[in-house]
Amino acid sequence: MSNISQASSRDTGAPLLELTDVKTHFRTRRGLVRAVDGVSLTLERGKSLGVVGESGSGKTILSRSIMGLLPTKGTERHGSIRFQGQEIGNLGRKQMRHIWGREMAMIFQDPMTSLNPLMKIGRQITEPLEIHLGMDKDNAWATAERLLQDVRIPEGARRLHQYPHELSGGMRQRVMIAIAMACGPTLLFADEPTTALDVTVQAQILDLLNDQRKERNMSLILVTHDLGVVAGHTDEIAVMYGGKLVEKAPTRVLFADMKMPYTEALMQSIPKIDDPSHTRLLAIGGRPPDLVNPPNGCRFAPRCLYARDRCLTEEPPLRATDNPEHTYACWYPVGSAEYYQAKARLAETPVAVGGLD
Amino acid sequence: MAGTGKAHLRTEDALLRVEDLVVRFPVGRTGLFVNAVSGISLDVLKGETLGLVGESGCGKSTTGRAIMQLPRPTSGSVMFEGRELTSMTGDTMREARTRMQMIFQDPISSLNPRRKVRDIVMEPLTIWKRGTVAERNARVDQVLEEVGIDPQRAAESQPHQFSGGQCQRISIARSLVLSPSLIICDEPVSALDVSVQAQVLNLLEDLKRQYGLTLIFIAHDLAVVKNISDRVAVMYLGKICEVAKSDDLYREPAHHYTNVLLNSIPVPDPEIAVQRTAIEGEIPSPVFPPAGCRFHTRCPGMQERCQNEEPQLREINTGHFVACHYPVHGGEAPVSIRTAGS
Repeated sequence: MSNISQASSRDTGAPLLELTDVKTHFRTRRGLVRAVDGVSLTLERGKSLGVVGESGSGKTILSRSIMGLLPTKGTERHGSIRFQGQEIGNLGRKQMRHIWGREMAMIFQDPMTSLNPLMKIGRQITEPLEIHLGMDKDNAWATAERLLQDVRIPEGARRLHQYPHELSGGMRQRVMIAIAMACGPTLLFADEPTTALDVTVQAQILDLLNDQRKERNMSLILVTHDLGVVAGHTDEIAVMYGGKLVEKAPTRVLFADMKMPYTEALMQSIPKIDDPSHTRLLAIGGRPPDLVNPPNGCRFAPRCLYARDRCLTEEPPLRATDNPEHTYACWYPVGSAEYYQAKARLAETPVAVGGLD
Repeated sequence: MAGTGKAHLRTEDALLRVEDLVVRFPVGRTGLFVNAVSGISLDVLKGETLGLVGESGCGKSTTGRAIMQLPRPTSGSVMFEGRELTSMTGDTMREARTRMQMIFQDPISSLNPRRKVRDIVMEPLTIWKRGTVAERNARVDQVLEEVGIDPQRAAESQPHQFSGGQCQRISIARSLVLSPSLIICDEPVSALDVSVQAQVLNLLEDLKRQYGLTLIFIAHDLAVVKNISDRVAVMYLGKICEVAKSDDLYREPAHHYTNVLLNSIPVPDPEIAVQRTAIEGEIPSPVFPPAGCRFHTRCPGMQERCQNEEPQLREINTGHFVACHYPVHGGEAPVSIRTAGS
């Protein structure tokens, strides 16, 4: 434990977070659920990474695996998770406690259920300050008031004495952010932080997260299903599908030049505010793979309009484009000769594009 | 915003015409009321899709339910197919409800988990004893095919054996089986993944064309509402702010609230600089709604008049109505006689 806190205080030059072939499998009655199946990525200090995927893509389990927030019973974990140059993948709960709060913190989707309804806001913010940072009570309460100011909650002193039910959804999410930031973590996870919120409040919260990240030189992992949310608020994006990382690139590069047909399909299936009303949506046919018996080859192949025989048998590795920061896993990426051939073929024989699941 | 008024109602025969709808719920025994819907009027022509959009607490779902008389509105009139629903009782009411159906947000919990999917879809026909048994079977098969569910599988399976998207298709099949003329969809795609959401939206468009359906589509997602609606009404705190054809509304929002909403949407394009109309705070309590325009407490264009005088819906362009004294475009509202006189 002591060497962990030392590691955090020195700058090793290593990336803040380095995942190598991380696998998280759950033993269930139906069989082994391969929720996360071999994810490798790195995250630099101060950067924000958006992890995008549909339900069941493994995005939430990945962030919980990194934080060590999974049940030990029935869970199989493989691969290496290095945080500030230190392997943390094999640490137990007791050792992780020294990392939680001070080094990593998490904001959950539902601010209604992730706060303790029986405890005043103030107590919930000061608790980590007293436990992790050893602050005395007065100091902790003063810090808590400052934190509420940081997350732009007016009348902080009064709010500290309120219970969660006295606050609106947006205010509760701000309190969650204040708690997460209380001990000055170097890495903040936000798992669908705005999904339960209204669109005007969502904009406020996303801006707040970004401002705080810059101010504190924190790294942020923003987990969401909404490409719109990550587009304006992250440096890099990782797209997950069926427990695998299928594409990763700096945000601007990804949107300008997506390689993976899944990323493209995901983009096209979203209704755009600038399209005229009644624009036909390009839905993705079928549904996400069963993670107990994932398909052979590329996991997206059964739903992919451009899939060929090879995609059904041979799994594509992650490889880089000309830009080493842009990696994707596809045999016939968007823009390849085969992609255009398949597209031309589809145009000739109008099949039911975007069939049913 | 927060306007009342009926300027936007059309003279043609509307399939549904709601006037001065008010829904209030008592707050315990305090004598206070939650003003969920405060005097809204709207109409829907046959074959039209009306989108109701707004943030949580704006009264959009309550409006949908009040149209179904579930529960009955506190006051106001709901004319559906030429008949007044608010005064109907007993069997006439039940009969009228077969002509309008509802689809809910959570597809899994709105289906009975213990029953076979086919029986769920069949039930309305059985209750109303429509046709012979053979005809009912044929009808159920037909509707299930149309929404893309295998009738054979539906006969053997329960809702939990289907995915969320499929369950929503089943809900749609159930709502269609009695051939209603109006379907009220309350956040039907909010719980679905984006890829599946597109499938369900396309399906609703297809069915609407095929059956000549009229839809009221309630959702908080402005892009989804624009995609499916012909006409959109923006609601805030129990009032209508703006009504227009969807393309007009999104191209030239006149109400400051609509403007703020549109600017708050995260656009999936990092090149689009975030041009944000800053809006502070959150929706006020519907127990104590602000006087005057209900949006004035958060409005970037607020002036003194907005605090006392409630704006009325008025036409600023053909078919484009706004309830705002000082809209983004369209000019200042004339001072009403009553206020000028007092």
